[in-house]
Amino acid sequence: MLPLMLGRVRKARTWDLGCLQEILKSFTERCSQCAAVSWGLTDEGKYYCTSCHNVTDRSEEVVSTAVITNTKINSISRGLRKRSKHEKGWDWYVCEGFQCILYHQAEALKTLGVGAELKNEVLHNLWKRYLQKSKQAYCKNPVRTRGRKAKVLGDNLQSSDCASELELLSDTTLESGAEFQSDPQIPKPFPLVKASPKSEAADVCSGSVDGVEYSEWKEKGVLKMTVPRTLALCYLSLLWQRETITLSDLLRFVEEDRIPYVNAFQLFPEEMKVYGRDKGIFAVESWPDYEDIYKNMIEVAIFLDLPRFPDVTEDCYLHPNILCMKYLLELNLPEMHSLTCQVVKMTGIGEVDFLTFDPIAKKKRTVKYDVQAVAVIVVVLKLLFLLDDKLEWSYSSLAEAYNEEHREDEPQFDFRKWYQVMKKTFDEKRQKWEEARAKYSWKTKRPIYRSHIDKSVMYKRREMVEHLQKQFSALVGSTPVAEKKDPSSFQFNWTEGDTGSPCFHGHSLQGLLRTKGQSLITKNSLYWLSTQKFCKSYCKHVTTYEESNFSLSYQFILSIFSFLLRIKTSILHEEVSLIEKKLFEKKYNESKKRSRPKKVRRH
Amino acid sequence: MSDFDEELTKLALAEDGKRETSVFSNPGMHFPWLQERIETVVTGGKKKRDFAQTTSACLSFIQEALLKHQWQQAAEYMHSYLQTLEDSDTYKRQNAPEVIWKLGSEILFYHPKSNVETFNNFADRMKNIGVLNYLKISLQHALYLIHHGKLEDANRNLSDAETWRYGEKSSSQEVLINLVQAYKGLLQYHTWSKKKTELSEIDKDDYAYTSETGNSGNQSCRTSTSICALLKTPGVWDPFVKSYVEILHEIVPSHPLMLEFHTLLRKSDTEEHQKLGLSVLFEFLDFAGCTKNITAWKYLAKCLKQTLMEGHLVWVEEEWMSRRSWWPTFHFSFFWAKSDWKADADLACEKAFVVGILLGKGCRYFRYIVKQDHETLKKKIKRMKKCVKKYSIVNPGVCT
Repeated sequence: MLPLMLGRVRKARTWDLGCLQEILKSFTERCSQCAAVSWGLTDEGKYYCTSCHNVTDRSEEVVSTAVITNTKINSISRGLRKRSKHEKGWDWYVCEGFQCILYHQAEALKTLGVGAELKNEVLHNLWKRYLQKSKQAYCKNPVRTRGRKAKVLGDNLQSSDCASELELLSDTTLESGAEFQSDPQIPKPFPLVKASPKSEAADVCSGSVDGVEYSEWKEKGVLKMTVPRTLALCYLSLLWQRETITLSDLLRFVEEDRIPYVNAFQLFPEEMKVYGRDKGIFAVESWPDYEDIYKNMIEVAIFLDLPRFPDVTEDCYLHPNILCMKYLLELNLPEMHSLTCQVVKMTGIGEVDFLTFDPIAKKKRTVKYDVQAVAVIVVVLKLLFLLDDKLEWSYSSLAEAYNEEHREDEPQFDFRKWYQVMKKTFDEKRQKWEEARAKYSWKTKRPIYRSHIDKSVMYKRREMVEHLQKQFSALVGSTPVAEKKDPSSFQFNWTEGDTGSPCFHGHSLQGLLRTKGQSLITKNSLYWLSTQKFCKSYCKHVTTYEESNFSLSYQFILSIFSFLLRIKTSILHEEVSLIEKKLFEKKYNESKKRSRPKKVRRH
Repeated sequence: MSDFDEELTKLALAEDGKRETSVFSNPGMHFPWLQERIETVVTGGKKKRDFAQTTSACLSFIQEALLKHQWQQAAEYMHSYLQTLEDSDTYKRQNAPEVIWKLGSEILFYHPKSNVETFNNFADRMKNIGVLNYLKISLQHALYLIHHGKLEDANRNLSDAETWRYGEKSSSQEVLINLVQAYKGLLQYHTWSKKKTELSEIDKDDYAYTSETGNSGNQSCRTSTSICALLKTPGVWDPFVKSYVEILHEIVPSHPLMLEFHTLLRKSDTEEHQKLGLSVLFEFLDFAGCTKNITAWKYLAKCLKQTLMEGHLVWVEEEWMSRRSWWPTFHFSFFWAKSDWKADADLACEKAFVVGILLGKGCRYFRYIVKQDHETLKKKIKRMKKCVKKYSIVNPGVCT
């Protein structure tokens, strides 16, 4: 069998920039179409006007040692990392790029304290599985058609550098290993793009060998890897390992630049040139969105046919009991743990089967552990304070009065004081966050150009931007740059008093509870539901969260709690509604039976 | 139980009420998924990038800092904002230089650490980004330099800008080119004016004087040509006109524009201008070609009357002193009296008034005109006689 011909695999033509500038400067004729004097050279060596793109007949032979002629690679049996003598840079494939990104993400997670097995085993295996699942249809490997024997995927468990990781994708591998038997279909060849003379010059090019094909690849049933999906893979690994990093933590670390994501391609080795279509694949200009990554996570898990994940049990960090405790501390709230545990128990969200992710059984849904835990706290606050803009303040006055009288005793929790402290702290933190975001630098030192025509333009532009930036930073002067804090899953630490604010952890809920028989129940016996009715249409969504419908206290709490997780308030509200639905399920059902407006009575 | 019941019913009803409103009133319903769909339609299927969001937040921070005069902060944010010059959105990228220029020039103008060199550097860079910003920035750059007293640099800037052309794009930039020329002209006027004052201090016999006047003459010509072309384009060019006319007055006092100049000057509040207004007219009428200009004579008549009414006899005397010897023959001979009356009675009247003021009612011209009989002008002549009687400088004692 003949090896597959890759019609238009070509390497970039790299001009010796300095030499080119000289030549272009010396040509001072005016353009016949637009009268400008601004010239460039096409790939064919013809002069063209950079303002109106009028191509002339005049051409130039640029001879320099760095120039390479247009080489066509006829087969990939040369191996992916072979360095051609003439070319600058390696041949690399898009999935290699993704693998590199994953590698660095895993490294970053290691630095954050995650165990090494995540990188070496879990993520590694997930990635292999992905390659197999997707490569079945994504075939560029003539090896297969030649029937060459497949080499087992390298056991690079302890590998410590990216380069050897890339060995993974040498052309002889990719045949299925032991467990993951691919179905015996003939692998479909990758749709080839015929090289047309037009496309060569313009913007159909890429630093990677298959960048163009990859970006145009559309196939049903196959999940293309994208930068957000690398993060989804990371999260799946974290979940598999039941690590103490939640999805919101992960995304926050990304925003803080502790985990490569935006411009992750900058970590590629020098010789892996990124340009052209690669831009659309690797250069993202948005931070990952919670809902988006969550959705991707489920899609990837389903695509990879993953089995049931390790159980999330009561001693697991991700269990609502534990997460609630964590968030209670972080939100400077007093001992409400028993109440949160009660809610967890009553709603059944602490059950192993509910919490454990099983992509095959429970499709399309898993648990948003962090959001859920915070939602439980919201529910508890509603139970305690009602949050109708009246009761919480009257309770506060009572607590304040009590605290005045009994200064030696443990103070009672004063909602008003807590509100003031939290509002101030969160406003400050939010302001700083917004300022930091506004200053975020998205563009890289080496710009990714879309086509060779663009290259010099983009480099010049970059140079100019840097020059201008220097000018302005000279004006900024020597303000001491705030030391970057060590990464932590806690954004606030109230006990050390570093926020300069009082800590409410030790306060008592005495004024809010009363005894009923053997147990303690809340003094407040009323409750209002965040959502009256759940949407029955196909979206099965919760029709919800128009702020003005709710009390100011509720709005405030949703706002600061969702800021903590860096999610939209509507997501938190939705989760609160879902918990209430479970909590008051009986009431919901009863009300349906009785078919008259039902009061919600709790105990 | 019953109390609770009541309370809860109330609450439930309230909730129902809330629900009612949320179902039927538009702001109450909120479908996040639908919202997103709609937004993607608006953005053409693309979700809004965080790049766009953070850069626009950056812009607001810059604007806020500028309002609060926090130059340091503004510079900090500007540092980050500069990345919009590399925006992958073409439309935004093309508009970025203008925004950056506006904000950046503001910062560099006020920032304590900035100086002319920094500004120059910045302006030179920004000018050459894209094509359409060149003129605008050059103009503003020049104004900045003028503000800081670097007139020569400004002049050079404007000269460079003047010669800018870019194919078909030039037509849209017409207005700016005109402005550039206008300011260049203004700068030249300034130089000329300065030279003039310098000259007035040099002794006329000095060799330097002649050469300087020669230079100044050239300068004047150049300046007037640049402004002249401008004035043909529609628009409000007042400040430029004034300088133009002043130069013209120096080199061509008999230019018809002088009359307008006179009106402008008379409108002014300053005494200096009033005086100049008077002398402009006299100088105008010094020329043979203008002797029959009725407007000029009308103006002169009116002006003399006003001047004398306001008590500035001295001004009139000053002007008349150099002309006393030759104006009577030049304008007011008996021959002229007859010829003027025949040609244009109105003109004759005005001239008569003037001569009456200046030479008194005894002069031949006056006597001749007054004797003439004319239907419509009878009354006017009568009034004129009275006026002359009152104001003539020949009998200063009579003036009240």
